[in-house]
Order: sequence, then C-alpha cells, then structure tokens
Amino acid sequence: MRYLLYRLRRLAIVLGVVTFITFLLVNVLPGDVAYEMAGMDSSEEEVQAIREDLGLDRPVLLRYAEWVGGVFVGDWGTSYINQENVWEAITDRFPVSFELMLLAQIIALSLAIPAGVASAFRPNGRADRIIGSLAFASVSMPSFMTAILLIFIFALGFGWLPATGYEPISEGLWANLRPMILPALSLALVEWTVLMRTLRAEMIAVLQENYIALARAKGMSNMRILLVHALRPSSFSMITLLGLQVARLLGGTIIIEQIFGIPGVGRLLIHAVYTRDFIVIQGCVTFFALAFVTANFLVDIAYAWLDPRVRTGGAHG
Amino acid sequence: MADVTSSTQRDATQRPEIDRNAIAIALHRRSRRFGLFFWIPMVWLIVVAVACIFAPFWGLPPADEIDWVYIQSPPVEGHPLGTDNLGRDLLSRIVWGGRVSLTVGFAAPFIGVGLGLILGLIAGYYRGWADEVIGILIDAWLAIPGLVILLLFSVVFGGSLFMVCVSLGLLFIPTAARITRAATLNYATREFVLAAKAMGASDIRILRKEVFPNIIWPLIAFVLIDIPIAIVVEGSLSFLGLSVKAPTPSWGGIIAEGREVLSTSPHIAMVPTVVMFLTVLSFNLVGDAIRRRLADVREGAI
Repeated sequence: MRYLLYRLRRLAIVLGVVTFITFLLVNVLPGDVAYEMAGMDSSEEEVQAIREDLGLDRPVLLRYAEWVGGVFVGDWGTSYINQENVWEAITDRFPVSFELMLLAQIIALSLAIPAGVASAFRPNGRADRIIGSLAFASVSMPSFMTAILLIFIFALGFGWLPATGYEPISEGLWANLRPMILPALSLALVEWTVLMRTLRAEMIAVLQENYIALARAKGMSNMRILLVHALRPSSFSMITLLGLQVARLLGGTIIIEQIFGIPGVGRLLIHAVYTRDFIVIQGCVTFFALAFVTANFLVDIAYAWLDPRVRTGGAHG
Repeated sequence: MADVTSSTQRDATQRPEIDRNAIAIALHRRSRRFGLFFWIPMVWLIVVAVACIFAPFWGLPPADEIDWVYIQSPPVEGHPLGTDNLGRDLLSRIVWGGRVSLTVGFAAPFIGVGLGLILGLIAGYYRGWADEVIGILIDAWLAIPGLVILLLFSVVFGGSLFMVCVSLGLLFIPTAARITRAATLNYATREFVLAAKAMGASDIRILRKEVFPNIIWPLIAFVLIDIPIAIVVEGSLSFLGLSVKAPTPSWGGIIAEGREVLSTSPHIAMVPTVVMFLTVLSFNLVGDAIRRRLADVREGAI
C-alpha cells in the first residue's frame, strides 16, 4: 500500500514535468500561432494584436499555471485554428485510436503466443530457427514500410481491402473492421516480435522447473504441459511489456493513422504540428502521457492479480 | 549436446573432464564464429556505405535535377532505377538519401549513449537527490512516445541534419542512462573503487579510470542495437516530412513521395523500401553477431 502511494506520487511528479517541459517547448516555437492566424501578408501590429488577444504576450509561467488549473476542471483550452474544444477534440477521436491499438495488440498477441510457445518447446530446433528468422526480418521493417507493402499487396494487388478510410461502428461491425485490418496488421507486425522473444525466453526457463518434469513423468501430453502448466507462469514479463508497449503503439498510431487516413488522436496531433496549433499539441502530449501512465498502472494491478507471489508477498520472490 | 557426450564416451581417457571442456569450447567457438549471416550483410553495408560516402564521384545526375523527358518513368538509359513523379533520378536520390540515413544512424546513438552515460554515472555514483531527479526526468521522458518528442523537436528546432541527429539522440538517453546507472551502482562499491578512494583519487578520476572501463561494454552493445533503430525512426520522421527539409532526399521521404503513385508506378516506393529494409536488416544481423562476440570476450571464452 505504501509502495502504491509512492508510485502515485511519483506519477504525479512525472506528469507535472512532462506537461511543463512540453509547455516550455511549444512556447518557444519560432513563428508562433499568431503569424499563422494573421495570414500571409499582415503587418507586425496585426500579429501583435492577435497575440494580445490570445494572451500570448504574458509570461510563460503564468500561462502554464492557468492551463494546469484548467486541466483539473476539464478545460483543456480551445484550438486557435478552428476554435474546437481540445478536450472534446481528443475524446471524440480517442475511441478510434483505441480501437486501432486494441486490434493491433490482439493480432500481435495471437501471433506472439503460438510462435513463442512453439519456439520455446525445442530451443534451437527447426521451428525456433524459422520463427527467429521471421522475427528478425519483421523487426527490421518499420510500420510505415509494412503499411506500404500491405497496401500494395492487399489493396492494390488483390483489391480485398480498402487502402484508406474509416467507417464508424454505426455502419455495422464488418464495415467498421474492414478498413481497420491493414492498419492494425501493420502495427502488429512490428510489435509481435518483442512479445514473442520475451515469452520464449521466460518459457524456456519455466520448462526447466521441477513441476514440469513431474507433469512429463505423469505422461501428460506436451500440448497440455505447454498451454495449461507453462503458459501462465511464463507470461508475466510479457504482460509487463504490454504496458510499456503502449508508448510505442501510441507513437505507431500517429504514423499509421496518417497513412491510412484514420481520424484518430495521432492525426489530430500531426495536423496540429503542421499548423502549429500549440494548445492542441499540448493537449495531445498530455493525453498520451496520461494514457501511458494509466496503462502501466493497470498492468501493475493485472500483474498482481495473475501472480499470487506478488499478491501475497510470498516467499518465492 | 549429443555430439559432446558421444565423443567423450568414445575417447574416454584419464582426464575426461578436460577433454569434454575442450570439445565444448571448440563447439562453442564454431557456433560463435562470424558466418555467412555476418559476412553477407557486412558486404551489403560496405557497398551502401561506399556508395553514399562517395556519392559526388559516381557521375550521377544531381538528386534535385528534373529531367523533363522522363517523368515517373521505369528504368531507362541514363536512369538505371527510373525517375520519380517529378522526373528526378531515383538512384541518385536513394544514394543521397542514404547519406542522411547513415549519418543519423551513426551520430544519434553516440550522442544519446554519450549523454546517457554521463547522467547514469552521476545517478549511480552520487545517489541521493541527484539519482532521484535524474530518475524522475527519465520517467517523464519515457512517458511520452518517442515519435511525439521528435515531432515537437522538429517543429521547435527546424529540420537541419544536426538537429535531427541531436533530437534522435535524445531518444536513446533513458535506456542508456538506466543501463549505466545499474552498472555503476554495481561497480561503485567494489574493492578497487574503494582502494582508489582510499588513495585519495578524485571522483572524476575514479569514474574515468575505474568505473568507465568496466561499464563500457554493455553500452557498446547498446550502440549496436541503436543504429538500426535510429535509421528506422529517421525514416518514419522523414516519411511524415518532419526530418531534413524537403529538397534534401531521405529514404523515408522518397517512400512517402512514392506512396502517392503506388498504383501507377510502384517501383518508386518499392526500391527505397527494399534498400532500407536490407540495410536495417544487415545492421541488425551484424550488430547481433558482434554483440555475441563481445559477450564472449567479456566472459573470457576466447
């Protein structure tokens, strides 16, 4: 419990540092948003007027304090470009990004678990080496490359799936999922290798345990030993990794949403970066950090729930 | 394993213990020798590096020269890989783009690991509040996705090659600092450090002469892992158009331009994709081989 409190305090400090550094960074932008709003050929006075209008001429610290105060009451500011409420803009788009990340993680897990189990069963065996080489190749492909290849093969070549676009869930489940398959697959094909390697390493260790030997001696089938007895104790590192991967997935969705034209938070951020709409950038970064921190907190809890040794603080260490 | 046991049984001499060890060591050496999976990628890397470093001497058309006769054409005389949608020579663009990728690939990990090393040494050696502050900074750094940090930096500091290297290097700080900190914690309490302290050596001297030589190996391995990552991330960044400024070619940028004409002339996107994939794969394979060799050196197996 005390550890939990320590973690929470630390998280609060981390979030504070993140938002403050981001705020400083976006506020030293050369060519600030006032230029953007004033248009191409406007005088210095007009720009200055806009700046005063937005309150951009006041000290950075004061504005930061104001912004933090706003965040706590749910006011994340409004976009300078289209006057959209930042909090609403993010929460409108987040479900889309979340769906993409969830699908990607499901695909990655459904690739990683069988592959990891198969290669841990006989380390350095044929299956292990084939899977290992595949993993090596796939880790050398950044997601944007995979995306282009997938579009080329499945959208342009076979014409099975659309290359870009997004359909809301109200259009029906399949209509919603169909354009999501390729983006999720491009993310998953990068992420699965890390999960697979972790699972493999830990499972090889678990398979050396005495109770596995006992299960073998009892004549239990390999399938049952691997899936029933070895999988759960081998999956803890992988689950911790799922939380850490949220940061990479969030980063990945930015580029994937851009390629496939999916209206998620990543797209919002990229658009804000192009237009230098810094209050939106600030909101997105804060939101990403918050999402990452929450995900890891949830993973810690899941970890305790899965591993009785953590839950009871038992003697096994 | 089967080989080892059967051969010991066959020539069971007075000293089977030493014999078995010798065979095991020989087997281990053979499995660790640089094989084809080291040399083939190495040759590819050398070809790419030579092509990029000596780019001005190949007599290629300039990377931004527009050939109005051949626009978006397949390979023809004078354009061995064809031209892109603005009529620029694709081979030339790939070679010049490779310079950006390779520069970033080598510079960024060294910058990041260098800075991470300093932070990690301070945190691990002095402990206390310095450790706490650096720990919080690292946690904060890790809580933002790497690409987002890079987006921010590219907007704030613009798209010069130097800034791309630095901001990419910053991404590698947290892990490098953590590795260094853990290793420093381990070595800072060892007898030889204590002895140096007792002889009145300054902190700087202890860190430089006693701690640093011991912790450098894992960091070199880490640099090897980071090179392909840096190339990949630079690719992603330039794919979004946020790396070096537009007329300068870079692999990600060429792929992004080729994506727009993927249905009509797929080679524009596919050729740089293949080149980049092979390069990153080669760096991974070579790095992996060297890393295993380094581990052997450290364990005294050679």
